[in-house]
Order: sequence, then structure tokens, then C-alpha cells
Amino acid sequence: MSREEPIPRFGHKPQVAFFDFACCEGCQLSVLQLEERLLEILGHVDVVTWREAMTEQSTEYDIAFCEGSVTTEEDVERIKRIREQADVLVTLGSCASGGCHNELKNQWSMDEVRRVVYGDAADTISTIPSRPVTAVVDADYRVFGCPVSLPEFMTVVNAMLTGQSHQPPNQPVCVECKLNDYVCVYEMGKVCLGPVTRCGCNAICTAYGDPCQGCRGLMDAANIPAMLKALKREQAHAIMCAVVQRHELSDDEIAAKLRIYNNWPEFDLKEAQPDDD
Amino acid sequence: MTTDAAIHVHHITRVEGHGDVIARIENGLLKEVRFSVVEAPRFFEAIMRGQCYSDVVHIASRICGICAVSHRCAALQATEAALGVEISPQTDLLRRLAFHGEVLSSHLLHIYFLAAPDLLGLPSVMPLISSQPDIVRRAMRLKQIGYDLAALVAGRHTHPVAMTVGGFSFLLDPARTLGMRERLANILDDLEATVELFASVELPTFERETEYVSLTHPDRYAFYSGEIVSSDGPRIPVAEYRDAIGERVVEHSTAKWARWNRDEYLVGALARFNNNYEQLHPPAQAAAQRLGMEPPVHNPFAMTVAQLIECIHCVEDAIELTDELVSRGTDRGQQQAEVEAKTGLGVGAVEAPRGLLIHEYEYDSAGKCVSANHIIPTAQTQANLNRDMQEFTPRIMDMSPDRIQHLLEMLVRAYDPCISCSTH
Repeated sequence: MSREEPIPRFGHKPQVAFFDFACCEGCQLSVLQLEERLLEILGHVDVVTWREAMTEQSTEYDIAFCEGSVTTEEDVERIKRIREQADVLVTLGSCASGGCHNELKNQWSMDEVRRVVYGDAADTISTIPSRPVTAVVDADYRVFGCPVSLPEFMTVVNAMLTGQSHQPPNQPVCVECKLNDYVCVYEMGKVCLGPVTRCGCNAICTAYGDPCQGCRGLMDAANIPAMLKALKREQAHAIMCAVVQRHELSDDEIAAKLRIYNNWPEFDLKEAQPDDD
Repeated sequence: MTTDAAIHVHHITRVEGHGDVIARIENGLLKEVRFSVVEAPRFFEAIMRGQCYSDVVHIASRICGICAVSHRCAALQATEAALGVEISPQTDLLRRLAFHGEVLSSHLLHIYFLAAPDLLGLPSVMPLISSQPDIVRRAMRLKQIGYDLAALVAGRHTHPVAMTVGGFSFLLDPARTLGMRERLANILDDLEATVELFASVELPTFERETEYVSLTHPDRYAFYSGEIVSSDGPRIPVAEYRDAIGERVVEHSTAKWARWNRDEYLVGALARFNNNYEQLHPPAQAAAQRLGMEPPVHNPFAMTVAQLIECIHCVEDAIELTDELVSRGTDRGQQQAEVEAKTGLGVGAVEAPRGLLIHEYEYDSAGKCVSANHIIPTAQTQANLNRDMQEFTPRIMDMSPDRIQHLLEMLVRAYDPCISCSTH
């Protein structure tokens, strides 16, 4: 979701706030790893609110970086207030930008997940089905990933500060994997979600021989029916076919894998079944 | 003397996650003081159900962005125990090396960015960027080496990619550790400067003896593996943790509290320091002497200092591990053990930067998770923090409400709580 109004160009040193919702806070921590580049950014903006790093706080800010999933009624109101105050809202990471494993809990009733974790005290815990920030308010910029990729974060910050728009990359991870000349992990006998997952991570997992788990979410044009046909041995490349045979993936297992980062809105394999023709 | 004060810090700053500090003083009497975890739970123990074991360890690291390697390692150990997988000595060594990276980055984040501003009388590290840029650069350099060390071994610190059930998904070329070894040797000067910085500041004086719980290992200062030990005596294998540690849900907290021999116990750097001091590398022990830390230390504010001492230990140990790696080389035959799905229950325990971390998983015959349990350091030690607050507050009630509030916040920060992790 992108807002239609033009992105404001800042006539002054913009004031920046960081906010976190339900998450591991790993995206903020990744930003702290920018070192010298972070100091450079801090020369162009004033950070006025960042609870994890600063005691200083302000209710006035131009740019809001938001991390995490919205999982309580209070957080629904909180993100709306932030959206109202901020000229520019940037979502950091998949939790906020499109969905992540937090939405796995939406497979069950909230009563059930509360009971599994809190037992008899389940009623004292309030929670609503998890959703990304972008399901509640519009974001001007989205940075995907679990966690965010720092080169992409820098590209977004540059675009934002110079008043340009930024479209998230919309090709499969396979493109970056092949450009880097990495060995396809299917050839190593592993099931990889790279063919349907939005790139922008420079294929960091397959670089280490680990399959893509889809943390950046499905790309817009992800061809799930084709992926299913391949994973179900109906129309697979020979190597993929051997891997899939070895793992004997059932429909449920394929759905479980795709659901980890794609359960907002709820992922339904039946809707993605390949057409018979 | 403050006769009346109502302190309510909503979402205390410079800690990981969301917690509140509440204190109420009426007519010179302390009516209430507590730290409440108000973090929104993500229900990891529920969402693991039905996931394949290889996806369980992937999701497990997402419990925490600061201690992602710890969660991954605890989940790996639990899963390997459940599936009966033996890891190679090479895998054990590499995991220990990645672990040092995490402890360094986590401790240094706390020491410089979260705790130090209190000791320097600042609201955050931000004012230092212009006034003392050298200190900020040093802090960033130190923290970065931890991330880079973990990334060298595991592909990335947050969240590790190459650590798989049974081993690693790639074979590290030992030659790639040579540059890191040099950086580690050079960073000792920065740590020395940090020791001098901490030697020059005064911590609040407050002592309360408590139960100190950590892992302990016969051969080394325990981080990656060991048995669970209490300063009150008992030592138990990690698989028997349920016989000792009891979790309970309490009012005002979305993270569970825990007890063992006493109603509250401390975990983390100070517990490890008190329980395993003799196994610290000599330069770390020398730093402890310089900083006036002689075990057992009962001042909870000294947790930050214990973390600094551990940083020196981790750098020394990481240098030894890289030397060992270079001398013995890496072997593809030891990279990845065979793993087959089977029914089983397994427990894994590590010393995360903030203390004892336990994961437990039960798998069905297809390798799907049936149940999960996570015992998190900050959750375990909440009861101890609250007890400290109850005993500390009466001693500072002659101060202004602002000062009382600040000292209570400092006490919470000394614990370096990892709150989203504690609630998970």
C-alpha cells in the first residue's frame, strides 16, 4: 500500500522517531550495525524518539520508523496516532511491512493460543490476530526482510530524504542467487522458497547453502500454482523433482512452509492450487 | 525525606522491549514498588506446533534480535537431543565461536548504549556523538566485532542462517578467520580503555545476597553448554530442568516468573561470574581485580561490570578458538551430521548473554513439533529484580522523587532486561 499524496520534501532537518510493536527488535539492532553510515544519517536528521536507545522523547516528529506486528487493540490505536503525526511512515522488516511468523498464531483461535502458553491464566492476556502495520495504516516506504537488509535500508533512507519514491524489488530471490553464481540449494537436496520470494536480500541464505524460507514474503507476481506443480512433481525440473521425491512433501507440508512468512491475510493453499488445464 | 511519591514510568527507555516501573510512597512508607513486563506476547510456544524441526530452529532465533544465536543454539541442542543427533567436535567449536560474537555484541550494546549514559549523567549516547565522538566510535567498533564474528561463522548475527540441525550448511575456510583474529587481538586495547572508563565511575552501593543460577562446564567458562548449577548447591543435567525450575504466571506481567531453591534467583553475567569465576581467562580475572570485583559479588548494579569482564574473556577465548581452527583445519566430513525425523523429546540449554536459556521440543514420527517450552533469562530473573527493588527503595527514600525514579530505572537497566524475549 502506498499513499497517493506526493512525498513531502523536507525544508528543515527532519525529526525522526522509532517505534516498535510485537517483534524481536532485530531490525532496529540491524540499523545500529550501520556504524559510520549511521553517524552520517544522524547528521541529516534529528532523532527525537527512540525508546530502545534514548531517554529523550518527543510527540512531534516528521518521520516514523515502525517495526513489528500489531497484536493488541491498543496497538491498533497507537499505530493510527503515529500515522496521523508522521508525514512519512517507514515500515522496518517483514513483521511491519507485509507479514511474518507472528501471523502463524492466526491459524488458531486466540483462546487456544492463550491457553497453550498461559494455561489457567489465559484470560489475563489480551491479544488479537496478528497483522502487519501495513494492514492497519498506509506506509510510504517498506523495507522487507527478517531482519531488514542494510543496503536496502540505505537505499530507502536515501530515497526518502531526497523526496523520491521507492518500489520494493519484485523479482524472485533466484535472480540474485544466480547473479551471485551460488549453487542452487535444490542441487544440495534442499527445498527452497527462492522461486516465489521477493528478492532484495542478495540471497544471503543460499550464499551459505541454506534454503530461502521466504522471509521477505511472496513477490507480487509469485506463481504459486507453478511452484506447487513443481513441488508436487507434476511439472518439475529433474533436480527439483528428485528433491521433492526425497522429501515427499504433502499439501499440508507445502502450505506450512509457505505460511511461515505469508499468513497475512490467511494463506490458503486451495486458493493457490494449479488449474487443471 | 520524600513522604509522598507516585512513580509510574510507562515503557522504560534504554532497555529491549516494553516494561513499566511503578513505585508508590505514602506518608514516608513504601506502599508498592515493582517492575511490570507489559510486552505483547507473540505465542512462540503455540506457533511452533506443527512446524518441521528444520523450520522450528529457523523460527526459534526470531524470539530475539539481540540473542538470536543463543535461541538458535538452544533450539538446535533441544532438537538434536530429541532426534538423537550427535554433532561433531568441529560443529561444537564453531558454535562456541559464534556464541562469543553474540555475547560481545549484546554486552557491548548494553555497556555503552543502554547503561553507560546513566553513569555519565546523560539521557542517551546521542549527546556524545558531538561531544566525545571517540567514545562513540570505540563503542561502535567494539559492538561491530561481535556481529562480524557471529556473521563469519553463521552468515549473519540477526538472524543466523548457516546453523542447521546437525551442523552447518557451509564449510568455513579457516583462512577466513585470520583477519578476524587480528581484529580481536587489536580490540583488546578498546576493552582496556572501557575498563578504565568503568574504573572511574561509581556504581550505586547496594548489596543483597541471592541465589545465583547458571550453567557450569567441567572444561571451560560455560556459555554454549553445561549443566545447570545453583549457588545454593544443587547441580542438575539440563534434561531435568523441570525438577528444579518452576514457572508461574503472575499478575502485572506477560512474562512468567520462576523459582528454584528460593522464591527468586539471579541469572546472567553476575551469576556466571560468581559461579564460574575460576574458569575466566587470566586477563579477564585481572580486569576483575582492577574493577574491584571479587566473587561473590552481591551488588546487582555490578552486572554491567561483570559483562565487561566477560567481554575480555570472550575475546581471549575467541582468539584461542580461531587458532585451534587454523591448526586443525575444517573437514567436510564433520560439517553436517545425518538427521532423520523420529519421535522424541529433547531439552537444550545455553547461557544467553542475559543468562540461562532453556528450549524444549517434542517431535512426532514425521519430525513435526508437538509441543514447545521456552524458559527465558529475563523472565526467570524478574522475581529477583522485584525483590531488589523492594529492598533498595527504602534505602533511597530520603532522596527526591526524581532521583528515586532514576535510581530504580538504573537498577532495571543493570539487569539488561530482554523483554520481548522474556514474553515471546
